[in-house]
Amino acid sequence: MGTQFTRRQRLGYLLYGVVVLAFLYLPLIAITLASFSRKRYVSFPIKQYTTRWYEKAFDSLTISDIFWTSLTIALAVMAICVVVGFFGALAYARYPWRGRKTYQKFILLPIFFPQSVLGLALLLWINFLGIIPSWQTAIAAHLVWIAPIATLIIAIQAYSFDPALEEAARDMGASNWQVLREITLPLLLPGVVSAGLFSFLLSWGNFPLSLFTTGADLTLPEWLYAKMVSGYSPLVPAVGALTILGVAIILAVTITIMWLYRHGRRAA
Amino acid sequence: MQKSLRLAGLLSSLPILLLLALVFIAPLLVVFGFSIMPTKTFSLLQWPTLENFETIIGLSYYRSLLWSLGLSSATVVILLLICYPLAFAMAKVFGVFANVIAILVVLTLFVSENIRLFGWVLVLMKGGLLSGTLKAWLGIEMAGLLYNAPVIVFGMVYVYFPFMLFPLTLGISMVPNELRHAAADLGASRWTVLREIDLPLAMPGILVGCMLSFVLCTGAMLESKLLGGQKVIVMADEIETAFTYGQNWPLGSALSVVLIALVGVMAIFVLRRVDLDQILGRTNVQSS
Repeated sequence: MGTQFTRRQRLGYLLYGVVVLAFLYLPLIAITLASFSRKRYVSFPIKQYTTRWYEKAFDSLTISDIFWTSLTIALAVMAICVVVGFFGALAYARYPWRGRKTYQKFILLPIFFPQSVLGLALLLWINFLGIIPSWQTAIAAHLVWIAPIATLIIAIQAYSFDPALEEAARDMGASNWQVLREITLPLLLPGVVSAGLFSFLLSWGNFPLSLFTTGADLTLPEWLYAKMVSGYSPLVPAVGALTILGVAIILAVTITIMWLYRHGRRAA
Repeated sequence: MQKSLRLAGLLSSLPILLLLALVFIAPLLVVFGFSIMPTKTFSLLQWPTLENFETIIGLSYYRSLLWSLGLSSATVVILLLICYPLAFAMAKVFGVFANVIAILVVLTLFVSENIRLFGWVLVLMKGGLLSGTLKAWLGIEMAGLLYNAPVIVFGMVYVYFPFMLFPLTLGISMVPNELRHAAADLGASRWTVLREIDLPLAMPGILVGCMLSFVLCTGAMLESKLLGGQKVIVMADEIETAFTYGQNWPLGSALSVVLIALVGVMAIFVLRRVDLDQILGRTNVQSS
């Protein structure tokens, strides 16, 4: 593929890609730089560096509370999305059934909705049911947007799935449950892992859905936002940089594990 | 056999359908319900009225709506122009390297929107990364670039970049290479190939990308809050204010209904023209 492009054209596209990536990463770099600035009100170029704000962030009990709330929500969202998304994806891409085309489009609708409106709608609904908003209701709120995405990711994997394998197993006398456990699940596993990763990280970083639905509890993005609008705090860049680092580490670990798994299987 | 597969399909769609009924459909119904309640009530058991919609038409809410639609349209056009070359390169030029770019773009998506926008505040503010560095290195004095309408568009272009890039890439990878080669062999110019082959065949991806980024932009409020400094009040701001400071749920709901109606009509219009099996299935054939 791509042989029809001259070297100069390829170089041009490559350069363009690098420029776009630089544009995407510039604000993250700015935050990281600012987090090491010694002055209380940051200004560039930074003259004196310090790690004081990180120490303060680690010592803060509020931040550690909020960290655990965010983590619990993200883990719960991940667990639910993986299960619901797995079956949802089978219905999406694998089985021929009557309502499938409509179902495919319906699943996409929540993704095509402004998230702030979804958050407010959930707040009204929660209130209508007489539930007091807390981190538990935030889990439900995150699911609206993230469960369809998880379903789509697993569905993409399910498209490449060869139905003959399931049929062969069934012809040899495997029950439906056995087919699901021994054939379908292992074949879709890479999609399931990516869906889990996406669900966790999207929930971890979500702001608009959390804003209206966590009640008195706070997630990290909410806390950061509250600090941003109520005047500058040097803890904001420090905690922001830490969440960026966390995301990078989780991604690196997952990609390494998947790579090892794939190569281990090939060697066996 | 066919019959049991059909049943399996229906059964496996149930968990997510139940979930969405509970956290998507039901909340929207409540919003519709509140939008026809008398102003400033917190219960759904009143006599229905259209006064909220009259308020919306009577007061100057149409200005926020126009701002939202205008800023969103500008963002979509700019996104399309910026993303198309990169999406094309990812689908047709880069090969494996496209995956590296995809991972690096996705990574930014996982960092909360408000953190990334705050990063831009640090870059663009007076004495920020941009103006501070220019002053120290070149001695150029520069005012801050924040708190105006164009910077809101800039912020939205930044935040919704991946939502345009990926659908476009999927769309362009649906264009068969043989067709492009054949056209070029027959003497079509690059412009003709783009206009006659690439754009029409990639249209489902282009439509989905434009739609998705437009919708997300109409619901965006962080960009106008953090970068725009409330210079421009957009629709999502009005909705939030009505619910929080205004404590007027029926008015907020009615404003939401207006936005939902606009967005919903567009979403249904676009989704009807798109075959999802084709878009999602096709890319998988290519990558395997």
